Amino acid sequence: MKRVIALLMENQPGALSRVVGLFSQRGYNIETLVVAPTSDPTLSRLTMSTEGDEKVVEQITKQLDKLIDVVLVTNLSDSEFVERELMLIKFDKDSFPKKAFEEKNIVSKSDEIVSVQVVGTSMELDNLVSEVQNNKPIEIVRSGPLGISSDKNTLSIEN
Amino acid sequence: MDKSNKSGAEALIHSLHLEGVELMFGYPGGAALHIYDAIFNQNYVDHILVRHEQGAVHAADGYARATGKPGVALVTSGPGATNAITGLATAYMDSTPIVVISGQVKSGLIGTDSFQETDMIGVSRPIVKHSFLVQSAEDIPEIVKKAFHIATTGRPGPVVIDIPKDFTDPEYKFEFNYPSEVNMRSYNPPKKGDTSRIKEAVDLIEQSKKPVIYSGGGVIQNDASEELTALAKLLNFPVTNTLMGLGAFPGSDPQFMGMLGMHGTYQANMAMHNADLIIAVGARFDDRITNDPKQFALGAKKIHIDVDAASVSKIIHADIPIVGSAKECLAALIKEINSRDLQLNNSAIEEWNQIISDWRDNHGLNHSMLELGPQNGKILPQQVVQSLYKETEGQAFITSDVGQHQMFAAQYYHFDKPRQWINSGGLGTMGFGLPSAMGVQLAYPDATVACVTGEGSIQMCIQELSTCLQYGLPIKIININNAALGMVRQWQDMQYGGRHSSSTYENSLPDFVALAESYGHIGIKVTKFEELESAMKECISLKDRLVFLDVDVDPNEHVYPMLEAGNAMDHMWLGKEEKTWK
Repeated sequence: MKRVIALLMENQPGALSRVVGLFSQRGYNIETLVVAPTSDPTLSRLTMSTEGDEKVVEQITKQLDKLIDVVLVTNLSDSEFVERELMLIKFDKDSFPKKAFEEKNIVSKSDEIVSVQVVGTSMELDNLVSEVQNNKPIEIVRSGPLGISSDKNTLSIEN
Repeated sequence: MDKSNKSGAEALIHSLHLEGVELMFGYPGGAALHIYDAIFNQNYVDHILVRHEQGAVHAADGYARATGKPGVALVTSGPGATNAITGLATAYMDSTPIVVISGQVKSGLIGTDSFQETDMIGVSRPIVKHSFLVQSAEDIPEIVKKAFHIATTGRPGPVVIDIPKDFTDPEYKFEFNYPSEVNMRSYNPPKKGDTSRIKEAVDLIEQSKKPVIYSGGGVIQNDASEELTALAKLLNFPVTNTLMGLGAFPGSDPQFMGMLGMHGTYQANMAMHNADLIIAVGARFDDRITNDPKQFALGAKKIHIDVDAASVSKIIHADIPIVGSAKECLAALIKEINSRDLQLNNSAIEEWNQIISDWRDNHGLNHSMLELGPQNGKILPQQVVQSLYKETEGQAFITSDVGQHQMFAAQYYHFDKPRQWINSGGLGTMGFGLPSAMGVQLAYPDATVACVTGEGSIQMCIQELSTCLQYGLPIKIININNAALGMVRQWQDMQYGGRHSSSTYENSLPDFVALAESYGHIGIKVTKFEELESAMKECISLKDRLVFLDVDVDPNEHVYPMLEAGNAMDHMWLGKEEKTWK
């Protein structure tokens, strides 16, 4: 089962390598990884998805929490949460599947190439990719999902 | 507080002084030379020049294990840093508080493959508790403060401070301010401990009929031996210690079952396997203990006290997880017990203790092997350890290397006090024994410090014999010489049809007596059983000199008991032909 873990870490050189290194060191898989500074520039927020049973994910969060540069960790999959991922796809103009997209999805257009952007859950994007497979997309780029809990809880040092 | 202007190098040494550091171990080189010059110009911190950086880190580690205070090592960049890696990994696996300072090439040269450049932060990342790459000279005091705080609190561990050479430049001075406290929003190790589960733990204790207290290195690290012993005495529960935990409970106490695990005693392993309650304190259920976790102590409830939340339920599910310092949690347990009208199953526990006692009588270790005399004309390695125990009256600090001699020392020397037994349990680092003994001897100049080793391990850091002469360290090296890599050979005997692939030396061993003498020490050779005890007496009595006691032992001896791989803890080999299962 896919789990989404979000964490806040010190925005310092080497912090990301500690997080990523932990996964290879302990034999965990990272499926996706998104990282960017937060509105507090001393902190970065990192969202990752991983496959594993409950026990493995509990170990992962505990080990992440142990890293000195990691300030807070949460397993978003533990409760209701919203997950969104961005995907960019480009097609030959001739094989562009017009019906699959709305006009507003188109982010660039030339005589030869049409590029679109789509936002959705990872599963929705997976489905879309299969749907347009026959149109032979030239390139597909995915961001990996971001997550936010659906309730009042926030991942913040202010709490 | 000293607010005078200092260079980065001076600030570093002064910060160490303010952290209470009295001595450090190291080896100079280009990127560390500003620091070495600052060491030359002060009298607060002594520097011990080792012969290889691995020795520096092991010595700092040995110092830390014996004293409980953080050990410090200083190395240069590149090969100095990479040579420190084995020492760091050793300290990481055994959670010992050390701070390793490495020189780095100038900040402007980082990433250019400059001379003696290694990405120390990257190379050491998986084997440190934390590391710092210094970004400016002014940051040095705060980083030192944080490094010592991190190394010594929570689950202790090694911390690296990598300092580019330009930040120790003597020409650049700044106002020195040493922070009085550390504030890290991302690091708050549990101090008090999560004691909410204490009542539930005591409920389980009251129900138990076949309890075992299983304690590890965490009890020693956290100076909680007194509390552990008090708890065991209060309850009259049998106690076993891990390899790292020996000495946490008095080794010669009748309640002590000996070490458990791979080469644990019959009674300790049987007690674990048959227990209905395991109280684990500062131990982590590693594979050398549990054997197959799926078959581990299936009838037992587990109370697990550990300061590291990630250790709890990592391998074995904890019915009662208690995350907190061993000392605090044990004190809370004792308090809860004393506050109740405790109803133990006393008759069942009596019966259980009797069963354990019978196990010990029938299959326990023979601690009187000296009385057996020579076996087939040879000295047994166990007899060497027993002779050492007798001659030192059980009071010596014992360091060891890794292999059969380590297991024999752990099995046959009764450690009555914590911090008396110093070995590389987690990483299993050959070469640890002699340099760690240097750290112990420097911390306790008047104590008897013996390094129990073998002819394989001792050659991995033998160069430190020179350091021992320079600083007058009267270590007793007890070389249990079976002319083979004994533990490798044992496995080859048991699992590889006796094919001794690369585990013998084909008569290439040095004359250890001559070797010791050439380093300026005393060497004594023992080949006959009749000479053993008098030679040991002489060795220990030479208080002011390093003595290398080289004892030829039976190369065919194996370490038993030995757990059968991939099975439960009651599956043990008890001898070459004797096993506990059919």
